[in-house]
Amino acid sequence: MNLTLYVWRQKGPHAPGKLARYEARGISPEMSFLEMLDVVNESLIREGEEPISFDHDCREGICGTCSQVINGVPHGPQERTTVCQLHMRSFRDGDTIYIEPWRARAFPVIRDLIVDRSAFERIIQAGGYISVHTGGVPDGNALLIPKENADTAMDAAECIGCGACVAACPNGSAMLFTAAKVSHLAALPQGRVEAKRRVCLMTEEMLRQGFGSCSNHYECQAACPKGIRVSFIAKLNREFIKALPRGTNTAPPSPSHGTEAKE
Amino acid sequence: MRVLVTSQVGKKVLMAVSGQLMTLFVIVHMLGNTTLFFGGLNAYAAKLHSLLLLVWTARLLMLTALVAHVVPGIQLYLENRKAKPGSYAIRNSLRATFASKNMVWTGMIIGAFLIYHLLHFTFQFIHPEQGASANIDPLGRPDVSRMVLFSFQSTAHALMYITALTALLLHLTHGIQSSFQSLGLNTDRSIPVIVRSGFVVAMVLFLGYIAVPLIILLGILKG
Amino acid sequence: MILDGKCPAGPLSEKWARQRHELKLINPANKRKYTIIVVGTGLAGASAAATLGELGYRVEAFCYQDSPRRGHSIAAQGGINAAKNYPNDGDSIFRLFYDTIKGGDFRAREANVYRLALLSNNIIDQAVAQGVPFARDYAGYLENRSFGGAQVSRTFFARGQTGQQLLLGAYAALSRQVKAGTVRLHPRTEMLDLVLVDGEAKGITVRNLVTGRIDSHAADAVCLCTGGYANVFYLSTNAMGSNVTAAWRACKKGAFFANPCFTQIHPTCIPVSGDHQSKLTLMSESLRNDGRVWVPLKKRDARRPHDIPETERDYYLERKYPSFGNLAPRDIASRSAKEVCDEGRGIGTSGYGVYLDFSDAIRRLGEDVIRQRYGNLFEMYEQITGEDAYRQPMRIYPAPHYTMGGLWVDYNLESTIPGLFVLGEANFSDHGANRLGASALMQGLADGYFIIPSTIAHYLARTSPGAAGPDHPEFRKSREDTEALAQKLLTIQGRKTVNEFHRDLGRIMWDHVGMARSRESLSTALQLIPELRNEFWENVKVPGQGKDLNQELEKAGRVADFLEFGELMARDALHRNESCGGHFRAEYQMPDGEAQRDDENFCYVAAWEFRGLDKDPVLHKEPLTFENVELAVRSYK
Repeated sequence: MNLTLYVWRQKGPHAPGKLARYEARGISPEMSFLEMLDVVNESLIREGEEPISFDHDCREGICGTCSQVINGVPHGPQERTTVCQLHMRSFRDGDTIYIEPWRARAFPVIRDLIVDRSAFERIIQAGGYISVHTGGVPDGNALLIPKENADTAMDAAECIGCGACVAACPNGSAMLFTAAKVSHLAALPQGRVEAKRRVCLMTEEMLRQGFGSCSNHYECQAACPKGIRVSFIAKLNREFIKALPRGTNTAPPSPSHGTEAKE
Repeated sequence: MRVLVTSQVGKKVLMAVSGQLMTLFVIVHMLGNTTLFFGGLNAYAAKLHSLLLLVWTARLLMLTALVAHVVPGIQLYLENRKAKPGSYAIRNSLRATFASKNMVWTGMIIGAFLIYHLLHFTFQFIHPEQGASANIDPLGRPDVSRMVLFSFQSTAHALMYITALTALLLHLTHGIQSSFQSLGLNTDRSIPVIVRSGFVVAMVLFLGYIAVPLIILLGILKG
Repeated sequence: MILDGKCPAGPLSEKWARQRHELKLINPANKRKYTIIVVGTGLAGASAAATLGELGYRVEAFCYQDSPRRGHSIAAQGGINAAKNYPNDGDSIFRLFYDTIKGGDFRAREANVYRLALLSNNIIDQAVAQGVPFARDYAGYLENRSFGGAQVSRTFFARGQTGQQLLLGAYAALSRQVKAGTVRLHPRTEMLDLVLVDGEAKGITVRNLVTGRIDSHAADAVCLCTGGYANVFYLSTNAMGSNVTAAWRACKKGAFFANPCFTQIHPTCIPVSGDHQSKLTLMSESLRNDGRVWVPLKKRDARRPHDIPETERDYYLERKYPSFGNLAPRDIASRSAKEVCDEGRGIGTSGYGVYLDFSDAIRRLGEDVIRQRYGNLFEMYEQITGEDAYRQPMRIYPAPHYTMGGLWVDYNLESTIPGLFVLGEANFSDHGANRLGASALMQGLADGYFIIPSTIAHYLARTSPGAAGPDHPEFRKSREDTEALAQKLLTIQGRKTVNEFHRDLGRIMWDHVGMARSRESLSTALQLIPELRNEFWENVKVPGQGKDLNQELEKAGRVADFLEFGELMARDALHRNESCGGHFRAEYQMPDGEAQRDDENFCYVAAWEFRGLDKDPVLHKEPLTFENVELAVRSYK
């Protein structure tokens, strides 16, 4: 089949960008969306043009690298599917497809469809972990965890950190991402110890990184390729409220030689 | 507790609590309005105004709630706009609704209306000659009924009220369920129930409120 | 040269304890004077960087991905083995050790494998403490399932995403250290050279994939945790970016490469659908529990599967291996599929596929039971192929999946270059000629969390910190060489794209160095690969510039290395005149077609020393001695 593509082309973070038109010819329905782009790129290279840069890696829907807004929907029209798992049979011959990068202030475009998602790193670094050292831990069965909790934790932990929630959110909010991590750890007894501190630190970092707040549109859940639910945002809110009366120590940690926080 | 005003989640909590308080007020207000249909509005108003402490406590509380709702609301709106520069060439909303996307605007309309409404019926700066304080009913009470009836006999006036109430309907359609989410008072199972209940409450309030201008405008209720 | 694995003496079960006692330590105050480079942030890299940072070393962690959370360990589905014996079904450290060494067809080092089995239990405890949401039963205890032929249930799992959850656990630990300031992250940065000062690994040269800048980083030791090289086949289950570059360039600097011909081909992947295909997707092996594998008896039978009567179907695994049937081990199932397809009986448009048929199971158990067991896999299959496996048989074909070979390391995970440590899939150490399911995650984490923190200190204690900085002439030379290589690739401006070359190489490797190899096919490969390589250096077209984000340039560098490495692989396969594990030589098979191992002549690790492309590599041997197990023939009849 033949398609008309409008692809966002942008040389660098500060360069202006625009949609460029390309014709994709001889596309087979078995191709994945990224393989379709591979075909377009191969012909661009042969014609001496710069290929379209896009992020991708595992191409099996788990690494969370691919990040394209297709016809206004992060990861495209198929529910619970990453771009790399989207196949061309979801489109029809003659279709026009708009392909754009994630858009949010916290995710600046690096080039074409590639954005910088390191703001997510800093949210996790702020407290998205259990502060345990390697070694010296009790037996795995020393701590019994109700199946229900383990399942809830797993539901939340399925997040692949792709950023579709931010891309879909009219506010560019990272609440679903942050909530998934907060909920995953808060559902487990070993994560409860630091729960109050964690929720404060992580939400604070979210603000610092320039993400918007949650207006409960629930666009994120609809765009999430892993079906992370907005009830985890409610859970984050609960955890936050629980942390209120105690007053949590969220003083900035000592300066590190780690990645610099962005203003 | 400082995080309530510094953090995004804290602000949403403030907005949810204040929003719910104001929703409660709106419910009570609507119930009060219904006394008009039974001819008991003047009696209700007189009784209410005799309970000075209650009235002023409520007024202060509402004023606080209003500030706690509007200030973070506008702050978050500005922050959110900054967080999402530019949009997509094609934008496909998956779940967001007209109501959810226009909260700030429906809120503004309600705010403007609130000012007008206060000037009109509470402080009676608009048409003071028809104001309740200027007219006494046969039982010697300020004639609130007369003021209301007079006002809504004007089509333009009634329509303005109906417009504002439509904004309120939209605002609450999203706002009520949203407040439960912001306070973490829901689960996967209760989310759809709360969304639906929120809509029903907003609708009942809307119908209850527009009943007053409507029946006056349509001439069903006369002086 | 006879290589020494430096395994400690003493009884098997005491070797690791003894070794730890003998290893030198570094006092806590001195640790922060040492800088350690960790390349790769999959399970091995993330766990190593986190743990070393925690101990107080200054760690510089590099990955080509945009986030350390995206290493390809994330794609592992099934689970992780441990000898906890929670189900009380007779498991033990020794049994896990034995299964692993036997599964590896007796081509791994006893002491290493035993240590792996020993540490497996600590890994589970560590992961639980980190909040990895392993499956639990209703009483709240950890659940186990059986996996890959083992007779005990020892596999721990987190739904079908065990690799993801373990990696996120290690990533969390790493993030904590980044916050604490002990680890500095360098995402979107690719290692392109290893820098040696006075013969010891003292740093790396990297390319910033966003700006294109070439930089050097100096350190006191370097850990490579850069995964496997299955992408030498072009199509594999590896991530698109997985590559051999770091390992290969270390090899070119003097690290020996061990057993490169030991590659694992996974039998149940979704077949190739056309030339455009960029990657293969694995379907869990568990499908073979209920699916029956068959092909038509007639060659090039174009009828739809339902129209082919029972009498004209060949259930070849059941026919050839009556007792194991469809559950024959990975290597055997893969090879049989290739055989029938080579005979022209393969199915699908390409002719490279076999049916995995669930109709009998659905008839016997009902669709609901099958849906419960494999629902998510059937969904994934439909997403990719658009076919409903409840209504028609699945099409499957083997695909390169894991590489057992890797840089040679001793018991301390140190390569032949002092100061260069190799962890996880990038080393050769624990899986011999074939890896058992659910063992890769175990090895990566054992290396990163528990082994390297002890062994690296032993090396560092002998060195003085900060010996050479990035201004040292060796570093300058390395940067210049790296720049020159990039420039060379950019100036060729030929007519074939990098992908085309990679695809061509993949075809050579798959056809001649794939599942079944022969002296003839390997000799052909040894002729074709250098030809293709020469063509590459004359005719490749790499657009764009070096000082910029340039994904084609990244790929070009990786493919250039695969073009050199592929030759070594073929050479190793040609020299190993036996069949064992993932290495099957057509000339060396039993009359019934089973692999014929030659313990007398090939019971050793083949470690290759690179001496330049114009010279043959030199083979060094590390003899394998088995004191605790008896070498047996694997039979699955």
